[in-house]
Amino acid sequence: MGEPVLSVDGLSVRFDRKGGALTAVDGLSFDISAGETLAIVGESGCGKSLTALALLGLVAAPGRIEGRSVKLQGRDILGLEGEALRRLRGNRIAMIFQEPMTALNPVLTIGEQIIEAITAHEDISHQKARDRAVSLLDRVRIADPRRRVNDYPHHLSGGMRQRVMIAIALACNPALLVADEPTTALDVTIQSQILELLDQIKRESGTAILLITHDLGVVSEYSDRVLVMYAGRKVEERTTRDLLKSPLHPYTRGLIAARPGRHHVNGLRTRLSEIPGMVPSLAEMPHGCGFAARCSFVVDACRIARPPLIPVGADGAVACLRIEEARASEHAAARCDAY
Amino acid sequence: MHQNTQPLVATHIEPLLTVNDLVVRFDSSRGTVHAVDGVSLSIKPGETLGLVGESGCGKSTLGRAIARLVEPQSGSVRLGGVDLTRLTRSGMRPYRRDIQVVFQDPLASLDPRCTVGMLIGEPLRIHGIGDRRQRRDRIADLLSKVGLSADSADRYPHQFSGGQRQRIGIARALALDPRLIILDEPVSALDVSVQAQILNLLVDLQSKLGVAYLFISHDLSVVEYVSDRVAVMYLGRIVETSTREKLWSSPAHPYTRALFDSIPRIDTGDLGRRRHMVQGDLPSAYNPPEGCHFHTRCPRAEEFCAVESPILRTVADSHVAACHFA
Ligand SMILES: Nc1ncnc2c1ncn2[C@@H]1O[C@H](COP(=O)(O)OP(=O)(O)O)[C@@H](O)[C@H]1O
Ligand SMILES: Nc1ncnc2c1ncn2[C@@H]1O[C@H](COP(=O)(O)OP(=O)(O)O)[C@@H](O)[C@H]1O
Ligand code: SF4
Ligand code: SF4
Ligand SMILES: [Mg+2]
Ligand SMILES: [Mg+2]
Repeated sequence: MGEPVLSVDGLSVRFDRKGGALTAVDGLSFDISAGETLAIVGESGCGKSLTALALLGLVAAPGRIEGRSVKLQGRDILGLEGEALRRLRGNRIAMIFQEPMTALNPVLTIGEQIIEAITAHEDISHQKARDRAVSLLDRVRIADPRRRVNDYPHHLSGGMRQRVMIAIALACNPALLVADEPTTALDVTIQSQILELLDQIKRESGTAILLITHDLGVVSEYSDRVLVMYAGRKVEERTTRDLLKSPLHPYTRGLIAARPGRHHVNGLRTRLSEIPGMVPSLAEMPHGCGFAARCSFVVDACRIARPPLIPVGADGAVACLRIEEARASEHAAARCDAY
Repeated sequence: MHQNTQPLVATHIEPLLTVNDLVVRFDSSRGTVHAVDGVSLSIKPGETLGLVGESGCGKSTLGRAIARLVEPQSGSVRLGGVDLTRLTRSGMRPYRRDIQVVFQDPLASLDPRCTVGMLIGEPLRIHGIGDRRQRRDRIADLLSKVGLSADSADRYPHQFSGGQRQRIGIARALALDPRLIILDEPVSALDVSVQAQILNLLVDLQSKLGVAYLFISHDLSVVEYVSDRVAVMYLGRIVETSTREKLWSSPAHPYTRALFDSIPRIDTGDLGRRRHMVQGDLPSAYNPPEGCHFHTRCPRAEEFCAVESPILRTVADSHVAACHFA
């Protein structure tokens, strides 16, 4: 596939405080190629949003971004500041958020905001930029775009606003689109429209997409590869198909098995499988495997050192000492018939 | 693993709750919203009725009207034969304990300076049940029922995680031995692993206590898991009601089918799945489309759907749908 669009090596986000730093994102490495969607999945607080923000240099103090490198199309962007960072954002990397309203300016029309995004990076006439804004609205399937450019954000539904955010993101043909829970606040009928739109953009323009979600259904239908995060760390990375067919990390298995749906056998409800307990707080992160306190496969060794990422298959990796045992245990098998 | 936790609900049992042609309107400067627009439904003792639909379709308002937290304009809400909508405030009092409500964040509206024990004991105190010691025992019993340690009683709401807060909300709702609990998006804010814990708890409690649930959620897979029967709402109206099995095996209303098709699934083999995607946005609740509310987005709509409002018709045994073509 050639050189990846994005190549992240050892990315961490720490928060300094008295008594030692808290590590919210812990040594994350991953690549995304052109025309590929990498999903990051995991429970709330596991560091998904911070990872996205760190890529764009958007972590505010007391947060601190560290890492070996973050290469975008071969160029290291880690540690860029000021004007160089600003030009990068919206030019080669664009981001859309769960709540478009927080990213949109309520006193500007959507047309003005798209034009602003275009002219910030490109020296073209206002009229040309306006025409481009209209065609971008058309591209994100907003009906009657000539009239709509004059609307203010509060005139629009949540789904429409997210389309506008995508239009702004596309204004400069970014190489990488980071979408942080882009449909979590939307109804399912609108969610499928937005995700189909992103998928189509990827196919048409070869944009690399980083899709952050907590929904394995979204992962399944809209990503090519998936990185599972737990407590700030990558615990498993596989092709989407492999991960859902044969999840290896006990946490991934637990996530898949805990999904409700299709749990009735001959009209009788079977019990949902739970992951006992909850995610450890950053201040109480254990030395070894972060999942140890909730894991049914745990042994003493798991608590001593952080389990290394072990390669599996062509381009997968799993951070667990007991994959073989987990693989052998059929009772924890994934329910791939569920939705 | 395969444990039968399903309450046995015989069909001949009299309903616990019967809602008939209920209407709730809100007037504002922007106009009138028919949040609940002539809804009828029933729930049997110990049964779970799931209520699904997109945001703004009136699920919460319907739940609140049943609990009389909002006043309906017309229609009736009968609990075991008594029409609650005709009762005065004081006449309603003895029935308040029969219907409890649990919200998405059940502690958000409660005083954060109260301990969890005080919050759970409050309904008991208000209804004058037991003396101090009896109430303390009851609080300990309720905490253990929802899987919290007894010392939780002396702690404060902010010291608990989302899943634990939901357990506290459920304990509070159970305090008065209600016959019906209205669960309004009770697991929507929870991560899937914690969501499974709460769903299992709700199912266990129901089979132990025989309490009925109105389970409101926008998440179809959650509703499918907990419900015996399911009602689908669209813009203030119920468009389809059936048993869980029938609704999932043969949904009759185009909106129900569209909802099902919109859910991203994790079955890996089926990559080329054909979708009946719904076009467009939810219409404004202030100005819903004439005729069938769904005609602006319906893949099956014919011209007269925009004129004629379909009524709920029986399409099969215990299965009704409001579509001219169902
Ligand atoms: N300013 C901060 N100080 C300390 N911890 C923080 C700060 N901001 C975020 N965090 C922590 O970082 C972790 C990851 O957060 P986030 O990336 O938002 O998670 P996700 O998007 O996966 O839900 C959380 O545990 C959060 O509490
Ligand atoms: N107190 C209120 N005043 C005015 N409008 C309201 C009020 N409560 C709800 N609504 C409106 O009634 C409709 C139904 O809302 P709601 O019952 O909250 O829907 P749901 O729970 O299905 O999301 C919406 O259009 C909402 O804006
Ligand atoms: S390393 Fe040990 S504790 Fe961690 S997931 Fe694997 S078996 Fe469980
Ligand atoms: S009545 Fe017409 S518009 Fe309404 S759901 Fe049926 S086919 Fe669609
Ligand atoms: Mg987040
Ligand atoms: Mg609601």
